[in-house]
Amino acid sequence: MSPKKEYRYIGKETPRLDGVEKVTGSAQFVHDMILPGMLFGKTVKSPYASARIVSIDVSEAEKTPGVRAVLTGKELPYKVGIYMIDKNILADGVARYQGEPVVAVAAESELAAEEACAKVKIVWEELPAVLDPRQGLNPDASLVHPDLANYQYMKGVFLPQPGTNISHHQKIRKGDAKKALEHADLVWEAKFYNPPVQHVAMETHTCIAQALPGSQVKIWTSAQSPFTVRNLFSVCFGIPHQNIRVHIPYVGGGFGGKAGIHLEPLAYVLSRKAGGRPVKLTMTREEEFGTMPSRQGLHSQFTTGVTREGKIVSLIAQYVWDAGAYADYGVNVGRAASYSGAGPYEVPNCHIDSLVVYTNKVFGTAYRGFGHLEVLWGIERNMDIGARRLGLDPVEFRRRNVLRAGAKTITGETISEHTGRVDLCLEKVAEEIGWSGIQTEEERKRAMAGGKVRGKGVALLHKAPAMPVFTSSAALLKFNENGSVDLLTSITDYGQGTYTALAQCAAEELKMPIERIHVPWESDTAMTPHDWQTVASRGAFMGCKAVIAAARDALQQIKETAAQILRAPVEELICQDEKVFITHHPEECLSYQEVVMGYSYANGNSIGGPVIGRGRYIAQGLTHLDLETGQGLPALDWTYGAHGAEIEVDLETGEITVLNLATALDIGQALNAQSLRGQIIGGVVQGLGSALSEEFLFSPQGRLLNAGFVDYKIPTSKDLPRKMSQHMILTEQMDGPYGARGVAEHPMISVPGAIGNALCDALGIDFFELPLNAERIWLGIQQKRMVSDEQSG
Amino acid sequence: MLDETPHYMISVEVNERTYTEKVPAQMTLLQFLRERLYLTGAKEGCGVGECGVCTVLLDGRAVDACLVLAVEADQASVRTVEGEARDGELTPLQQAFIEHGAVQCGFCTSGILLSAQSLLESNPHPDRAEIIEAISGNLCRCTGYVQILEAIETVAQGREEQT
Repeated sequence: MSPKKEYRYIGKETPRLDGVEKVTGSAQFVHDMILPGMLFGKTVKSPYASARIVSIDVSEAEKTPGVRAVLTGKELPYKVGIYMIDKNILADGVARYQGEPVVAVAAESELAAEEACAKVKIVWEELPAVLDPRQGLNPDASLVHPDLANYQYMKGVFLPQPGTNISHHQKIRKGDAKKALEHADLVWEAKFYNPPVQHVAMETHTCIAQALPGSQVKIWTSAQSPFTVRNLFSVCFGIPHQNIRVHIPYVGGGFGGKAGIHLEPLAYVLSRKAGGRPVKLTMTREEEFGTMPSRQGLHSQFTTGVTREGKIVSLIAQYVWDAGAYADYGVNVGRAASYSGAGPYEVPNCHIDSLVVYTNKVFGTAYRGFGHLEVLWGIERNMDIGARRLGLDPVEFRRRNVLRAGAKTITGETISEHTGRVDLCLEKVAEEIGWSGIQTEEERKRAMAGGKVRGKGVALLHKAPAMPVFTSSAALLKFNENGSVDLLTSITDYGQGTYTALAQCAAEELKMPIERIHVPWESDTAMTPHDWQTVASRGAFMGCKAVIAAARDALQQIKETAAQILRAPVEELICQDEKVFITHHPEECLSYQEVVMGYSYANGNSIGGPVIGRGRYIAQGLTHLDLETGQGLPALDWTYGAHGAEIEVDLETGEITVLNLATALDIGQALNAQSLRGQIIGGVVQGLGSALSEEFLFSPQGRLLNAGFVDYKIPTSKDLPRKMSQHMILTEQMDGPYGARGVAEHPMISVPGAIGNALCDALGIDFFELPLNAERIWLGIQQKRMVSDEQSG
Repeated sequence: MLDETPHYMISVEVNERTYTEKVPAQMTLLQFLRERLYLTGAKEGCGVGECGVCTVLLDGRAVDACLVLAVEADQASVRTVEGEARDGELTPLQQAFIEHGAVQCGFCTSGILLSAQSLLESNPHPDRAEIIEAISGNLCRCTGYVQILEAIETVAQGREEQT
């Protein structure tokens, strides 16, 4: 192996470029923006999970002082959606979830808009609701979207089933899984459940839209992807792209919840009706929980077959997604989680059916990890269950099955020595938690006498970006008069640290100090170059590739001008320390500053001109997946990882204390060591929320019961593990920037699995449903006591 | 109905400047700061005192500005994040937040900075448990808190100048 390259900026702890603005309160979010003449929007929402709108009376609302526009769904013949165009801007005819906006008001103040909303009279007729996706699959289930056959959708990628509640059916077929089961030495089944949860970005969804004369539209939005907002907006209203200008300033967290398009169309139609005054729509926290999208729930079920020696020979999995009322990203979550749907293991025969099912609940969307936390909760618990049945150590069972160089994934991709080393991640976390095997029942009994029991567990993970085959990035490096650079990108940095990484990349390639690279914190579809979306852990990977290309283009331009001045061929020139010089005569040099705006000779003749480096990158080598078999190449890069957990359970309360949580990820190469650590810790703690406390609770009628921080608990500073550690495996990604891979989502993915396995080690009880809150654990302990009392009595 | 809302004159010192304003009775201190004084460093994350994103110092004490009425701040002294740095010079705590990577999206940052500042002014050398307690009312979804705790600890231990 060749020695690691030394970098000046790559991998270093460069402080965030946005630090000063954020610690002084001067960073401006859409939340903070006020435009001249701006109105405030509010909505009336459906109180029912499923109901017909019999009549709407807005006459009193319209008379409310300060009201400038009132809208109902009847006036809005538009549909919007990313993969499936199935959503009205306001409910029309029927409401499909409790919390769905039905009437919207724009007024001079939020108070006036709220007052008007309170005066809207709606007569409802409640309809049967689909609240469990498994019931939604019954042939006699009511249909959430009877018009499914008429919807536009991304053909060739998704398979909606008109006449049912299935918005997408993803199939994976590798080998003959049923036949292989017949020859397996041991076969078992297991079922798991993940509830719907929320992203909980601290800045709720907010946007300002203004309808201007000549079909011009301006939008300022707290969103992840300006060009996707623009494109979907254009499709929705038939307004040409160049007429729509989307600005994204600082964004207060996203986690997938702000991917795609959300409030922008509604703010626009309110502005249009209000005569073109800008309209701001901001979700309250309650609306953020109940109206804005969530992470969809999942019912998963596995039939696994293994040999006596502990090799997996067959896996049949069914994933039934509780997608809620609209498809949004849900159909793609169901797709992406399937091609990762056997975990990072070699499974020679695999058969997966992933069914994305409409229900009358708040709809699902992308959430950090994109279906992977959900499926891997089941997969990783299933591995421990299998190990126990085989009488094997769970770490050893994983060792015998992990994907290694030469193995084929369930979609037929061949893993190479450069793909990443999940085996090394496994060994690292096992070592970190001092893994020594599952406890015996006798050991547990002894520990229980003390009132508190400890357990250890590991869980693996993998994920590749879920993105279309044509996904691309672009970057511009625009030189300034003093030789400094503005780096223009339409990737959004909503906290990940991507802009700092891009600047490090530019500084590395341009051979100049990072202090001279400036990244303006606002993307603008009219000014910054196209980028598909900031999602899927692909921003730093693809953005850096584009920046590297842009830097090389800029250096070429600098050299071409310098070559004329220095009277040397371009290939004899070298750039270093903001200078361009002749290789063997470094004294024959020019500073960048002398060249980047053009160069004037003594007599006034001028050459060159402003330097703008252009770079682009489009994902290489991806293929569509076969609709019937799921075979193909979906992955730009696979990032592998593992978590190891040691926990303590209080037998009296059922409460878990996490004593140690070790995370190992094969990242290839760190771009910024400090933001990498921050991403991992932040992701792990978010994963703890999914593991221990977070879930949407619904009434039997489908009303969301916990739309606030008192009843929906996210981790606070008091909920941290006693110890956390992060470990990097560095198997360079051949085509990654400096060998790096995406890593934004992965740290949260298998935290629930590791804790669930540690819990089973502690108590000898299998838990199948998340979250692992005190109530669920306490009930599990009581049940086990009753069973053992019966056996002994 | 809106016109009938009673209004009151208040005089509040904010970041060492005194503002005398007529405000409606129901206006919160957070609305007063953001909408009247255009001090938008304090954000609204929930509006009901559950997330701490709107934390400011009221007579030195960290409070949720969404739960305080503007009229309650009459004759009081308020500090917001905008008043912390002096003449462009960051406070040791602000500096430590940057150096330790304690900031991600930044939406909760001003609130956490002020909760921590309030702690350090009443207890200059808190231990980790006291720091955890002081910011436990401030939700952060990005960072997982660890680098925030490290930044505050560094200042508490008086090592803020060393990097």
